[in-house]
Amino acid sequence: MNKVYNNRAWWLILPMLLLVAFSAIIPLMTVVNYSVQDVFDANTRFFTGTEWFREMLNDPALHAALLRQFAFSLTVLAIEVPLGIGIALIMPKKGWQASAVLILVTMPLLIPWNVVGSIWQIFTRGDIGLMGWSLRELGYGYNITASPVDAWATIILMDVWHWTPLIALLCYSGLRSIPDAYYQAARIDRASKWSVFRYIQLPKLTNVLVIGVLLRFMHSFMIYAEPFVLTGGGPGNSTTFLSQSLTTMAIGQQDLGPSAAFSLIYFLIILLVSWVFYTAIMNMQKDHKNEEA
Amino acid sequence: MAEITLKSLAHSYLATPASPEDYAIREMNHVWHQGGAYALLGPSGCGKSTLLNIISGLLEPSSGDVLFDGERVNSLPPEARNIAQVFQFPVIYDTMTVYDNLAFPLRNVKTPEARVRERVMEVADVLELTGQLRRKAKNLTADEKQKVSMGRGLVRDDVSAILFDEPLTVIDPQLKWKLRRKLKEIHQRFNLTMVYVTHDQLEASTFADKIAVMYEGQVVQFGTPRELFERPNHTFVGYFIGSPGMNFLEVSTRDDRVMAGETPIAVGPRLREAVAGARSRNVKLGIRPEFIEVSGEPVEGGMEAVVEHAQDLGTYSILYLRLGEYAVKARIEEDQEPPEGRAYLRFPDNHVGLYVDEYRVETNHE
Repeated sequence: MNKVYNNRAWWLILPMLLLVAFSAIIPLMTVVNYSVQDVFDANTRFFTGTEWFREMLNDPALHAALLRQFAFSLTVLAIEVPLGIGIALIMPKKGWQASAVLILVTMPLLIPWNVVGSIWQIFTRGDIGLMGWSLRELGYGYNITASPVDAWATIILMDVWHWTPLIALLCYSGLRSIPDAYYQAARIDRASKWSVFRYIQLPKLTNVLVIGVLLRFMHSFMIYAEPFVLTGGGPGNSTTFLSQSLTTMAIGQQDLGPSAAFSLIYFLIILLVSWVFYTAIMNMQKDHKNEEA
Repeated sequence: MAEITLKSLAHSYLATPASPEDYAIREMNHVWHQGGAYALLGPSGCGKSTLLNIISGLLEPSSGDVLFDGERVNSLPPEARNIAQVFQFPVIYDTMTVYDNLAFPLRNVKTPEARVRERVMEVADVLELTGQLRRKAKNLTADEKQKVSMGRGLVRDDVSAILFDEPLTVIDPQLKWKLRRKLKEIHQRFNLTMVYVTHDQLEASTFADKIAVMYEGQVVQFGTPRELFERPNHTFVGYFIGSPGMNFLEVSTRDDRVMAGETPIAVGPRLREAVAGARSRNVKLGIRPEFIEVSGEPVEGGMEAVVEHAQDLGTYSILYLRLGEYAVKARIEEDQEPPEGRAYLRFPDNHVGLYVDEYRVETNHE
């Protein structure tokens, strides 16, 4: 057979290339462009090299924000993942109850970020908020504008309320896809409830959990609107996360160079951590040949 | 050790079954003896899997009893019955190694680790899995996974019966044969009662000593493969077993002759009397294609039939014939030239069965 070599087929990837260019590469390159220059106006600019990057990496305020960010993300992951799995396990599987519970669980996911912030802002107010008022009546001096502990607890509670349903829904769909034969075989093998969870349900949930953990990590690492509305980053800087620091710098102070460098570092951190999560989870499923049998 | 007795057993998936059609299992009695290799054969939806799940305890029957060695176990869950079940699709614990998979049922009942090791090694040896013990079960091929599923049943020394629910469905044809042999070997070695559900008659007859044929929620015949072939007890068994299935002609007597519609059928006097004496209008004669004597020339007592076409299957041919208004199939061996145009058929009396209301009636003409 004569094979025809025709490189014109490369043109077929052009539409995809254009799409990706406009959606990702060009905006990203603009940021790269700003991150290595000091721009005064349309005609005045200086090349700064890595100066902005060094400045950002050595900024103690950003270090603190980064630490807070990690503390926040890891805390909400540690609460939302097990809680989501737990909720998925007890959700009814059939009948009208299943639909009803599904709707109830999904509800928080349908609320926009800043609305969530506003709801909780009102909810936690000491004078008219149900939670704020009740806690005060119970004798606890609850005040998110004064106490960093209260502010943190409230933000975490809000995030858990808003996003645990996502994990629960993902796990619910994962659980539904397990064939009955697995449960039947486990009964015949006389497996305990814990074993069924540990060796059947959890392994079958791995794939949805990878998605869930990655989504939740990225989301929570980028959190902006809810704490901004609820606490405005305070009291002091105690709930100022990375996004808010970045916004203050880019929009508030018009420091385009440093914020561009900061954005790139921010992006690389998310990419790196996501990759580490993904690789770690995938690695658990590999054959370990040198394991003792 | 267990003899499994099903006593007036019936099951319906509906809460209030009204007609017989509402039952997945219609009232039946059956005994599986200790140490037997049995097959449960029937078309899809005839209730085979339901029956299997009732025996293993995954389902509780609507009525009747399941007895293990005379003891009623109806309400006992599967974990309390000494029974193992292998499903259509291999069930393995993905994250465990093959070794841990096999050890799982033993560890669940806190067996000492030394004993676990001993049993797992023995079973792995029988199933030829010794080389795979350290691998993750997830990465095995379908047939290896199915062997692991079986292995989990075999490691338990308290198991007295293993139930197989179409276990070879997902296995490649050439491996099917190997696994079937393996099963027979295991059966002989471990003295277990095995019940094997399938819709494949070949699979059933190579595995089992005795086959129960199920049809519409009932066991219509329980016998050796040979009995099912030679003396089908029900017209369904006749159709279902054998390839092609049995020929059935609806008959009645007129003027002292057996007639299939307008065509006289030449049969011996005993059969004729039996047809005449039948109390039902649903009377059929059944004969296997293999037993019809076909001749190209007119013979004494031969019935004239039209040859519609012949199908050459290598070592034998199937003749598609028309006898009066009935389509009849006959099998002729390769050394016989298939007749063209007309053929003359004889039904040897000892191979003709009489079926009244679909069930066989013995005529004692041998």
